[in-house]
Amino acid sequence: MGMTMTQKILAAHSGQDRVEPGQLIMADLDLVLGNDITTPVAIREFEKINTKTVFDKRRVAIVPDHFTPNKDIKSAEQCRLIRNFAHHHEIENYFEIGRMGIEHALIPEKGLAVPGDVIIGADSHTCTYGALGAFSTGVGSTDMAAGMASGQCWFKVPEAIRFNLNGKLQPWVSGKDVILHIIGQIGVDGALYKSMEFGGAGLAALTMDDRFTMANMAIEAGAKNGIFEVDDKTLAYVKEHSTREYKVYKADEDAGYVRVVNINLSDIRPTVAFPHLPDNTRTIDEVGEITIDQVVIGSCTNGRIQDLRAAARVLKGKKVHSKVRTIIFPATQKIYLQAMREGLLEIFVEAGAAVSTPTCGPCLGGHMGVLGKGERAVATTNRNFVGRMGHPESEVYLASPAVAAASAVTGRISSPEEVVK
Amino acid sequence: MIQGKVIKYGDNIDTDVIIPARYLNTSDPAELAKHCMEDLDKSFAARVQPGDIIAAGRNFGCGSSREHAPIALKASGISLVIAETFARIFYRNAINIGLPILECPEASRAVADGDQVRVDLNTGRIENLTSGSIYQAEAFPDFMQDIIGSGGLIDYVRGRMGQR
Repeated sequence: MGMTMTQKILAAHSGQDRVEPGQLIMADLDLVLGNDITTPVAIREFEKINTKTVFDKRRVAIVPDHFTPNKDIKSAEQCRLIRNFAHHHEIENYFEIGRMGIEHALIPEKGLAVPGDVIIGADSHTCTYGALGAFSTGVGSTDMAAGMASGQCWFKVPEAIRFNLNGKLQPWVSGKDVILHIIGQIGVDGALYKSMEFGGAGLAALTMDDRFTMANMAIEAGAKNGIFEVDDKTLAYVKEHSTREYKVYKADEDAGYVRVVNINLSDIRPTVAFPHLPDNTRTIDEVGEITIDQVVIGSCTNGRIQDLRAAARVLKGKKVHSKVRTIIFPATQKIYLQAMREGLLEIFVEAGAAVSTPTCGPCLGGHMGVLGKGERAVATTNRNFVGRMGHPESEVYLASPAVAAASAVTGRISSPEEVVK
Repeated sequence: MIQGKVIKYGDNIDTDVIIPARYLNTSDPAELAKHCMEDLDKSFAARVQPGDIIAAGRNFGCGSSREHAPIALKASGISLVIAETFARIFYRNAINIGLPILECPEASRAVADGDQVRVDLNTGRIENLTSGSIYQAEAFPDFMQDIIGSGGLIDYVRGRMGQR
């Protein structure tokens, strides 16, 4: 039997011709990543290992993006710790405020993830880089510490679910709707311990930003990684952003999958995940009357330029509803600048939305948009767990940037079709 | 051998309720323990006793990769988590930091809140002293037992790097 993309990448990085699902391997790492929440714990563990420095100062990346710009003194101390560590070990890919971005938008943009890589990050959404045909997965701080010291990580080779995409997205439907639809179909543990491999004729119709959003939320189905077939769009993206060598792996025709799911992109409607799990999905036609207090557009899931353009198309010439606060977060400085040059930020401010510097803050109830008791938000983020964005009695509805922007205008969860005639 | 009182929860207990992100501006275990489970179960911090065992359903520890979640449980005095299944990052983190975990759907479903349970981690044998029932969890693969036996991942890696 042949191998999946993930099997091939893991075999190549563990010095083997082939690996089987369930096999435990030690793999060489191309990149080890951490943020301001997870890196302090990793540093504490790293310092227990008898090693002078990191395995490769070019292949460690540290991004202070969660509670930054520093939200309080304790957060400032955590950032100070990781900054000092980065300087002491001459970590080349440490990204300071003003030059940074939300890690999972920043790493591909900086060309630090390319097809065929094996990447671990002490952040669950590290699975995002699977959009580039890399094996990329979230781990904890201790794994990050061991990875920084040794350049290796242990893995159990995952079984895989194959998603064959066909058709073409309808207007106002994006990668966010596709992945919410899929999670709604298979459940929050539908891909537990497994690889989600995306391919098929429909792939060509998905932009790179659609693919980043979809790979990003593979973890919300419990997956170890999400991975996309590499095509011309992937290679064009890599050539534009990276000078690193890459290797394209393709699944064998006879690769073994535990499940094959066919997705007709043409059938997917704008989709919303209701509280308190990402698999609690309904199409926009089924949501009913849900009034809202806040809209958040941004995050590692949906803070890229395509997302901001979609929001601007809806908000142009409109006003945010009088009872709604709308906060928009471009995911990186580069995206911020691009949005400024395209006039998107002007559209947002004129509509009555706040525009913020890049941060993960509101997505995890950290700062810059925390919800009070009983408040409801439509967010383009990735999780709607109890208390995720603030008070344990607040509610988060996950949606695309277009749906979030439309909801900002009407004050209730709405389709962009209703707002843009 | 571990023995303790069961605290029972349902499916999809995510790391945001195990330790809400608003407390992640510290990684001090004792500080994290004060807020463990508070968004799901306000009584947890007050009623948890050293040695207590959590029994839960499917996908325990889903969501964020925060190692603060198993650290908070361990610092609260939790000696073991038994679940039908674990989310994979939580599973790694628990092994890496030395919080014992066992996957055993039968035991997870059958034990009740307040039951006294005794567990042999070497064999995976779970005995409900309250009901008298006995369950068998699957043993860890040798590789993971090596990590656990080394005292966690850091000691394991230190040993391996010393051999190079």
